[in-house]
This record gives sequence, C-alpha cells and structure tokens, in this order.
Amino acid sequence: MKKKLEVQAIENGSVIDHIAAGQGVKILKFFQLTDTKQKITIGLNLPTGGSQTKDLIKIENTQITDAQANQLALFAPDATINLIENYDVVKKFKVHLPESISGVLACPNSNCISHSEPVDSQFYIRQKQQIKLKCHYCEKSFATSFFKELD
Amino acid sequence: MTNPLYQKDIISIADLSRSELELIVATAKKLKHQPQPELLKNKIVASCFFEASTRTRLSFETAVQRLGGSVIGFDSGGNTSLAQKGETLSDSVKVISSYADGFFMRHPQEGAARLAAEFASIPVINGGDGSNQHPTQTLLDLFTIYETQQQLEGLNIAFVGDLKYGRTVHSLAQALSLFNCNFFFIAPSALAMPDYILEELDDAGIKYSLHSSIEEVIADLDILYMTRVQKERFDETEYQHLKSAFVLNGSMLENVRDNLKILHPLPRIDEITTDVDITPYAYYFQQAENGVYARQALLALVLTNFFQEQA
Ligand SMILES: Nc1ncnc2c1ncn2[C@@H]1O[C@H](COP(=O)(O)OP(=O)(O)OP(=O)(O)O)[C@@H](O)[C@H]1O
Ligand SMILES: [Mg+2]
Ligand SMILES: [Zn+2]
Repeated sequence: MKKKLEVQAIENGSVIDHIAAGQGVKILKFFQLTDTKQKITIGLNLPTGGSQTKDLIKIENTQITDAQANQLALFAPDATINLIENYDVVKKFKVHLPESISGVLACPNSNCISHSEPVDSQFYIRQKQQIKLKCHYCEKSFATSFFKELD
Repeated sequence: MTNPLYQKDIISIADLSRSELELIVATAKKLKHQPQPELLKNKIVASCFFEASTRTRLSFETAVQRLGGSVIGFDSGGNTSLAQKGETLSDSVKVISSYADGFFMRHPQEGAARLAAEFASIPVINGGDGSNQHPTQTLLDLFTIYETQQQLEGLNIAFVGDLKYGRTVHSLAQALSLFNCNFFFIAPSALAMPDYILEELDDAGIKYSLHSSIEEVIADLDILYMTRVQKERFDETEYQHLKSAFVLNGSMLENVRDNLKILHPLPRIDEITTDVDITPYAYYFQQAENGVYARQALLALVLTNFFQEQA
C-alpha cells in the first residue's frame, strides 16, 4: 500500500526530505531554489512519526545535483535527496558536507573585504562539535547560524 | 633552483611552513650581520598604506632602502583615489602592479591583502589587514626569540595582557606551536586567550597553562611577551586592580633565568615600568630594530634569489 504523501505528489523532480524544522525557508533563500519557473511545494513542521518535526521541499522537473545537495548539508546535515521519476523515487541519497563553498553565502564579518570588491565569497568548512565556515579572505570562522543570504 | 618564497605572497602566518619560517629567520640573521646594500638595486617596491601606521611603514621603507631598492607609495588611505574616488582595491592593485616589483600594504579591512594578492601580478606582503593578520610582526618576533635563545624549539614562553583581542599574540602562538614551545597565558579573565586558539593548540598537542599573575611563572621563563591591557576596556577601579597583576616592574626580576628576555610589540604605555629597561632582560627596543631585518629578509627572499645562489 502506498503511503499518503504529506505534500502533493510530483511526476518528475526532486524531494529534499528530513530538513530540520525551521531550516526549510532558509535553504530556499540561501540556495535561491525559488529562482525557477518550476512548481515548488514546501512542507514546514511536518510530523516525522516520532516526537520531532521536519521541513521538506519538492521541486518539479529539476534534478538536484550532488554538488548542490552537499551545499544543503550546511543547513540540513541530515537531509535526504529523493529523485522522482514517473511518481516513483528512483534515487535516494544523503548529503555530505563539502570542503568549501563559494559565491553563495555572504561573510558575516561586515568589515571583510569580500563585500566591497568584485570577488565571490569563499568559505572553508570544518566540522568538529559544530560546523564552522572560515572565510577565505578575512580568515574568521563562523557557525552556520551567523549567515544571511547574499543580497 | 629558486628559494621556496621567491615571487610568493606573504599574507598570513598560517600559510608558512616550519621550514619557511626557519628560512626567514636565518635570512634575517644573515642580513643583520652582513648588510646587502645592493641587493634590491634597480628594484622598486610600493609602500601602500590605506590606513596609517607609522612604525610598520618606517620599518618597511627602511628595509627596502637598506637593501638598495627604491620606494614609491602613499601613507594613508585618505590621500588615495581609492578613498576619494571610490576605486576598488582590486583596481588599485592592478595599477600598482604595473609600476613596482613588489609591494607591501596595510589596509583597515580584513582580507584586503589576500584579495590584493589575487589581483596583483607582483608579490604582495601583508603589513596588517584590519584585525586579521600582521605576519611581519610575527616574523620579527620569531627572529628576536631565535636571536636571544639560539633556537625556537621547546622554549617556555609567557604571554601577558590582552590575549583576547591581540592578533600579535594569536599569530605568534600559532607560529611557535610549530616548534613545540610551552605556553603560559597570563590575562584577566575578560581578556583571556580565545577558545578557538586554545583548541588549535590542543589539536597540535601543545602544552599550555592559564595564570592570573606574572609572578606565578616568571622563574621558569625563557621569553616573557608583554602586551598592553587597554584601559578603555575597563572601568577605572577595575583597571587599577588589573594593572597590578599585569604590570612588570624591576623588582619582579630577581629570581629569573639568565637567558630570560622580555619582549613587547610596542608602543608600551605603563605595563612595563622604565626601571626594567636597564636590566639585561629587556629586549623590546632591539625587537623593534629587528623589524627592519625581518622585513629585509622577506623582501630579499620574495624579490631575489640571492640566498639560494649563495647556498
Ligand atoms: N511522487 C512523489 N512526489 C512527491 N514526493 C514524493 C513522491 N514519492 C515520494 N515522495 C516523498 O519523498 C520522500 C521519500 O520517499 P520514500 O517513499 O522513500 O519515503 P520513506 O521510505 O519515508 O523514505 P525515508 O526513509 O528517506 O524517509 C518522502 O518525503 C515522500 O513523501
Ligand atoms: Mg520518511
Ligand atoms: Zn570574510
């Protein structure tokens, strides 16, 4: 028996599942997932079965690549990407933290030179207890919660 | 064969390996004892101070001229078209690259030197980028420690004062951690060494301990590195109380190792009383002089292959 989907089914596309509740909207903004004409449906604070909740994003007719998926790991380390073809999950994979990320996030240090010059931002990613991003330019390290999207 | 720093940028201490640090220190020593007044003959070095810094600039410009090079440049951001006409740093750097053989720069924003190096076609030496890096200060400190102790390995080094905001102590501790030194950090708790530095030291397996007065450790030290506790960060009574624990005076030097040397990046305000100056342990003015040799060493290595050919 097919389970009832929490969010409307799509014929082809990608489902980003198991996003920690509260991070879904951030992810849409940071990665400019809404820069598309394709239909996007989002579910926020969906029940997971246990006592927890999750966010979920579905994008029609778009295949999320490994590289894109790994960037999502910064804000949703437990996310799963499901590629949907003909209403079925044809591929499912977990995200992995990338070593670096460029051109997506603005440096939280307002005095960083990257803001006023024609360069892409760039961060090196380390994970110990916490994920930290170190700016290629100002060399300061930040937890993901310090970031705002690029203007 | 070229030396490993030839035509390289010097942006951050963390970019330099232990053997590169040793090469710079050894080269500074050679230049101190055997001046090379023709080494940069016919070379032009640009001195670009987008933010004023009298000491660093004078030391760099002296270093160029002592090696026979000539200096072009400017000494504060306010006079440049960058500040007045809104030119980007990247454009300024491209232009400067077409005039000079290399340049050193000071800039008020973090990351400026790294960015400049990406746009420059000539080597860039960072003379301070905002609150980030000031590698030539670290190199002159390393040279001075080497000069006074004949080695960098396994020394007992105390850092005193503002260890929270002092980029000088952060990068010196990072550099010295490549040489297995033991660190003693002496600071008021409000100005303690930041956790991320302590974590790095833990990762590198470096031994360190935290203390609340100089007297606790002074008898065991090879190097006592003093910095200023900024008065502005405390209210007056708190400051008076702190001061006593973090001020060095001559009477505290009765029971110390013969090889102890006291360093300070200067300017000193009142954290070292002047009676210390005449003791054999005071070395901060020689340290400032060594800034010229350390900067000469960098210029010589980055702009010429002289020492490689000599070897
Ligand atoms: N045709 C579809 N259209 C839209 N969403 C779909 C479609 N098929 C599956 N999904 C969604 O994709 C995700 C993964 O589906 P799957 O059937 O693998 O569920 P699961 O067994 O719960 O997987 P997981 O163990 O990853 O949670 C679920 O959130 C599901 O709602
Ligand atoms: Mg599920
Ligand atoms: Zn930055």
